[in-house]
Formats: sequence, structure tokens, C-alpha cells
Amino acid sequence: MTRHADPLIRLDHVSKSFGRRAVLEEVSFEVSAGEGFCILGKSGSGKSVTLKLMIGLLTSDRGNIVIDDEELKALDRTSLLEVRKKIGFMFQDGALFDSIPLSENLAFPLRRHTSKSEKEIRDIVCEKLSEVGLEKELNKMPADLSGGMRKRAGLARALVLDPPILLADEPGSGLDPVTASEISDLLRELKERQKTTLVVVTHDAVRVHGFADRLGVLDRGRMIACGTSEELADSRDELVRALASRGEAKNVFSKS
Amino acid sequence: MARTHSNTLGSRIVAFLEHAGDLGLFALRVVRDAFRRPFELQEISRQIVEIGTRSVPLIIPCGIALGIVMSLHTRASLVRFGAASMIPAALTIATFRELGPMVTGLLVAGRVGAGIGSELAGMRVTEQIDALESLAIDSFKYLVITRVTACVLALPVLTILMDFSGLMGGLFSEAAFSHISARLYIHRGFAAMGWSDYIPTTIKTTVFGFIIGAVSCYLGYTASQGATGVGHAATRSVVLSSLLLILVNIILVKLTFFWFS
Repeated sequence: MTRHADPLIRLDHVSKSFGRRAVLEEVSFEVSAGEGFCILGKSGSGKSVTLKLMIGLLTSDRGNIVIDDEELKALDRTSLLEVRKKIGFMFQDGALFDSIPLSENLAFPLRRHTSKSEKEIRDIVCEKLSEVGLEKELNKMPADLSGGMRKRAGLARALVLDPPILLADEPGSGLDPVTASEISDLLRELKERQKTTLVVVTHDAVRVHGFADRLGVLDRGRMIACGTSEELADSRDELVRALASRGEAKNVFSKS
Repeated sequence: MARTHSNTLGSRIVAFLEHAGDLGLFALRVVRDAFRRPFELQEISRQIVEIGTRSVPLIIPCGIALGIVMSLHTRASLVRFGAASMIPAALTIATFRELGPMVTGLLVAGRVGAGIGSELAGMRVTEQIDALESLAIDSFKYLVITRVTACVLALPVLTILMDFSGLMGGLFSEAAFSHISARLYIHRGFAAMGWSDYIPTTIKTTVFGFIIGAVSCYLGYTASQGATGVGHAATRSVVLSSLLLILVNIILVKLTFFWFS
């Protein structure tokens, strides 16, 4: 496994079980500042649980998770909330607050955590929504948005506080290929322009190569491989090779 | 067969005790966190308005109907003993001491408890509660404490509204049957009443509010199993909070008699 001198995110032998079912076993990896890391794996391999552990929505049974030099397990509730301000979380289905319009979904964290004026908040909301192409849907309720729009709105809300870290849970799943590519492009731009550290989990390796510097493969709760797509393509493990080669297939298409 | 049956019964008892323990811990956490900053006053106000909007249209007509029915029953009994003049006092005492608080509690448990249970369960299963947490907002303080506090504060006000609606219902009925004037009805009604007849009984509804808020928030906040879980949370919120209300009321009535004999 590649070790980095100063990782922004570090998981060290993390295990998690629900009842008797072990979901993660001894998972370790590091992500440096500005790096794009993608966790690949089949459904039920523990990818989403890994992300939720990284933001403290779940607590690991064993092992340590360190985010920007803060060990999550050692933090009290107030300190944990402070660490979360550094992390944006894009949920699989957007998880928008369905009782308020889209603009309020984005304005809400700004009102809570900043002392910006209403005009400044309105400007930021418009800017973030236009970045994801939703500036015209400002006053719509989440129920009136399509699946792709909800995902993009979820991404805009995750980024509204300009966090240095973005965790994205299956950003392209359930979307048509065009919308999925748009979201991948957004993540790539985010990484390139704002140097945001990305951790993306997905079972679809096709669209991760634009922003993923390294890939990790989870299988039945274990991190069975970690490295660049080229390194994984040479792996002896069939699953790892299969996932990595799907990415190569995309690269071939992109070049042609 | 018998062994399987006893295993099932045993696991049910264990599950019940686990739920009771979790609910107790949840209620303790509510009490502890209610006195911790931030106090979310804006959200508490919004929730009080929400509870009021949901409940007032139910409380007033129910109160009036209850007053009329109580008047009809009381009249049928007291007239036989030539004590028709006691009807306003009997109605007022019954309404203020027990019927008003209890019926308000049950109505709010049905209307607001189910609403809170399904709302929070819906938020849980659609990851909106996780989304709040991911945005560095304490979901327990923002969703649970505000709703429980709003229930605690709203219940006494709604009870007073129910009491006076019941009084009005009784007045309509009595005015129709015995042509008693409103002034005489109110004079007779309150002549036999002391502060201890309505202050403690109104204050006890804060406990009802706590029970409704804590139970429905617990069932909604800890919901699982998708859409089915939302339905379960709504139904169980009503059933459990109504049951607890009735049971806890026995203790509260005993305490009221003990302290305000």
C-alpha cells in the first residue's frame, strides 16, 4: 500500500460489524490533500459504510480514523461537528431536505455556520447551483426534481461551505450515461480547480479515471487492492483486474 | 413446539425490555441536552406554531362536543337528586381536573405524535438526518429537543383551550335546557373551584407533552426498514404515547392529591 508523508485522511485497521455481520475488516488506507481516491467494490462490499465511518455517522468497532490530524473516536460531539465542517458529503440519493425548497437546502448550512448576510448567502447559493447547472431550479421543491437533478443538488449542498474534503457515495449510480458523465466532470473540475480532496465510492469504475489518482478495491469488507489503475490492471486478483479493466475500457473510448 | 413458543416469548420479552431501556435512555438524553447550547429558539417557536396549527382545529370542536355530552350525562344524573344547580360546578371540576388534560393529551398524541413519528422516520430512512449531521448540525438538538420542548410548552396552552371549549359546550347545552344565563353558569361553575383544581392539573400536561414528544421522536429518530418503518413509527407513536399517558396519569393524579390535598 502506498504511504504518504502527510495524509489528510487515514484509516488504520478499521473494522465494523452490524450484529454478527462483519461489514468491514481491518481496512486501512490513506488519502493525501488534493488527491482523488476511489473505492471500488460490488454492492454490499462495505463502501458506503466506509464513507459513513469517515464522517463519524457510524463508529468503528476497532481501528482508528484520522481526519486532518483529528482522531474521530477521541472527539467529543462538539469537536466532531467541527471536523465535519471540513467535509462535504454527497449522498447516494441526494438526501435533500424535502420540506424546504432547493435554495433553502443550500442556504441552511450557510445560515448555521457563517455570519454572511442574506444577500451574500443568496449569491453563494446561486453560484453553487449554477456550477451544477441548476440555477433555474432555485425555488423548486426537492420532490419536483429528477434523480439526476437531486444528485447534482446534493453535490452543490455538500460544497456550499467550500470544504477541503468531499466524500461522494455512488455519484453516478442510477443515472443515465450523460448525467453520470456530467457529475464525473464536475468532480474532476472540483479536484483540479479547488484542489479538493476526493473520496468517491462506486461500483462503476468506468467514470472514475477523470478524478481518481488511486483506486482501492473492497471485497466482502476487506481492502484487497490499492494503487493506481495501471497497478490494479496488473493484479493477480480477477475481481481487481475486472474492475480496473472497466476503467481501461473507458480510457480506450475516450482516446478514440 | 413448546420450547419454540417459550423461546419466542422470551425473545419478545427481551426485545420489549431493550426498547424500554432505549426509550428511557433517549428520554434522559432529551432532558440533558435540553439545557445545553444552542437552544434553537427559532425552531422551537416554529414547532409550537406547527403543533398549534395541527391541534387547535381539533381541540376546539372536541372540547365543545365534550362539554355538551358531559352536560347531558351530568344533567341526567343530578336532576334525579334535585341538584340541577350543581351541574355547572360538576362540569367545571370534571373538565378542568381530568377530562380537559387527558383528552387534550390523547388528541395531541393522535395528531401531533403521529406527525412527528412519521416525519422523523421519513427523514431517517431518506438519510436526511444523516445529511443534517454531515452538515455539522446536531440532529438530536435540532430535530428532537425542539419538538419535545414544543410539545412540553404547547400542551398546557392547548389544555386551557380545551377546558374553556368544554366549558362553552356545557354552557350551550345548559342554556338550551335550563335557560341559565352565561354569568350565572360561570359563577356557579367556578364557585366550587380553587387554584389547586386547575393549576396542578394544567401543569401536569407538561409531562404529557414530554411523553408525546419523547416517544414519537424516539420512534421516528430510530426508525429503520424504509417505508414500512415510517408507517410503524407513526402508528406506534400514537399507541405507545397514548398508553403511557393513561398510565402515567394515575401517578400524576395521586401526586396531585398528595401535594394539593
